[in-house]
Amino acid sequence: MTTVQAAKPMNIKKEKIWTVPQIILAIIIIACSLICLLPFVNVIAVSLSSKSAILRGDVGFWPVEFTTMAYQAIFNDGSMMHALWYTVGITVTYTAIAMVLTILMAYPLTKKRLKGRKFFNLMALFTMYFSGGTIPIYLNIKELGLLNNAWSLIIPGALSTYNMIILKSFFAALPESLEEAATIDGANDFQILLQIYLPLSLASLATLTLFYAVGKWNSFQDALYYITDRSLQPLQLKLYNLIKGSQAVDVAMMEGGASAVATSVSESIESATIIFATLPILVVYPFVQRYFVSGVTIGAVKG
Amino acid sequence: MTDLRRPRRGTLNSIWQNWRLYVMLLLPVAFYIIFCYKPMLGVGIAFTKYNPVKGMWASKWVGLDNFKFVMKMPDFPVALGNTLLLNFMGLIAGFPVPIILAILLNELRSTRVKKLSQTLLYLPHFLSWVIIGGMVLQIFAPTTGVVNATLLKWGWIDENIPFLTEGWPWRITYTLVGVWQSMGWGTILYLSAITGINMELFEAAKIDGANKLQQIWHVTLPGIRSTIVVLLILNVGQMMNISFDRPYIMGNTRVQNYCDVLSTFVYRAGITNAKFDRATAIGLFQSVVGLIMVGTANFVTKRLGEDGIW
Repeated sequence: MTTVQAAKPMNIKKEKIWTVPQIILAIIIIACSLICLLPFVNVIAVSLSSKSAILRGDVGFWPVEFTTMAYQAIFNDGSMMHALWYTVGITVTYTAIAMVLTILMAYPLTKKRLKGRKFFNLMALFTMYFSGGTIPIYLNIKELGLLNNAWSLIIPGALSTYNMIILKSFFAALPESLEEAATIDGANDFQILLQIYLPLSLASLATLTLFYAVGKWNSFQDALYYITDRSLQPLQLKLYNLIKGSQAVDVAMMEGGASAVATSVSESIESATIIFATLPILVVYPFVQRYFVSGVTIGAVKG
Repeated sequence: MTDLRRPRRGTLNSIWQNWRLYVMLLLPVAFYIIFCYKPMLGVGIAFTKYNPVKGMWASKWVGLDNFKFVMKMPDFPVALGNTLLLNFMGLIAGFPVPIILAILLNELRSTRVKKLSQTLLYLPHFLSWVIIGGMVLQIFAPTTGVVNATLLKWGWIDENIPFLTEGWPWRITYTLVGVWQSMGWGTILYLSAITGINMELFEAAKIDGANKLQQIWHVTLPGIRSTIVVLLILNVGQMMNISFDRPYIMGNTRVQNYCDVLSTFVYRAGITNAKFDRATAIGLFQSVVGLIMVGTANFVTKRLGEDGIW
């Protein structure tokens, strides 16, 4: 390989990186990326600006009349901190349970010696295309007595067939000889799974863990449906209620009802809460991004 | 004793020998039964005059009455039409963007710029719709929002643009926010398809004197054609399905007739107003039509010689 590569520059002139078309291309792409970033910059700027500056419409991408009042208000708000830790707890518990269920489903389904493998496979796949629908699922949760119970946010979504298929295709790609050797040494399925399969799949396990964790952290619909008790509301639902409150003022303003002063109170706090709820994702995101990308490409290769 | 040494073939024996696999399956299978299949039986509610105290089986069977009732509700055609229109707008505006972006990213030679911009482009995909909805509300707010404020300051507009409070502006904002959220993430599949194109084809095109645009048109695009076709058909198959979070969070009372879609309609009828039977009927109608559409899409994909989803 090295000799071939070394020979290349002699035949074909090495392409320069920064030609004029390349610079134009880079500018277009950077502009697209900035479109993804700038809304955040604006929200951060608003969260750090004074009430009057926001009201005047002066805040762009840099804080005007810098103040950390909004953040102080959040950290002094006991219910907000409670929601933060509560959501962390839900996310961790959910992710742990979901990983166990996913592994326990994926491993047997890769074994040809499992009688009824087709049946179990179909049982999982069918749920990707048909579901009972919102109301029967809601009534099921109700019958199980899970309404207004933190477990309603944890158990019902604790196995994603999509993620299970990703893990299954990874398990299936591990060489069979490993298992044969272990079986000759007298290892049973539990031992093979724990001591051979799991240690060899750490990267995909990490990917799935993150899929589950980010999904739960961001989930809102289940909490809206199942939780009415304020102390059991996760962060996203709290944030939603805050946003809706201020939107109602905006709408009233359009109709000429409320004065603009009413909105300003919430504008910076709202922004600060948005940043507060996004921060955990922003912190882990740069490190985990590549795992997500690999997960998507595996997921595209169907089980 | 001799029997034990001979490999056994019976089903029972195979199950006996692999009992650990079945023990593993216990929890996940129980999960599927309780949380997926049991609610599927619950679609029967759509055919009853549901009494929550008696349960589905003891409730009165009314055949298709709920469906007939729902079809006559004035909200139903509105929600159905909005669902189709918003999905259609999303498809028209959102589908080509990741393809173009993926081709542009692929042509970029500087890996540093590429990596950095990919990190930023993927970011919106990781945010919840509550967070995005909150940001949108703030950025497009009248007077205080950065967009209206800037346009007013520059004198491009005389009064606020009602991004979120009037019908068509709301629809367009909704669509563009969707494009914003998914354009970066959507490039991933196309980028991996482009990587799969044989490099020799590009070399050959270059020797034949093809310029960059001609290479893209004659090599890159045909190379990712099957990915484009499959994703397009799958997207069309999903026209009846609309997520709940995005329209619910972005909507408001001023644009009620524009933001009400099937998912929010089911929520309002079923959970807010406790009309369980009618809401189940809407949901079932949506699932069945959706399933037929996905099935058709899959059939068409296979007919075109591509791998379907089944």
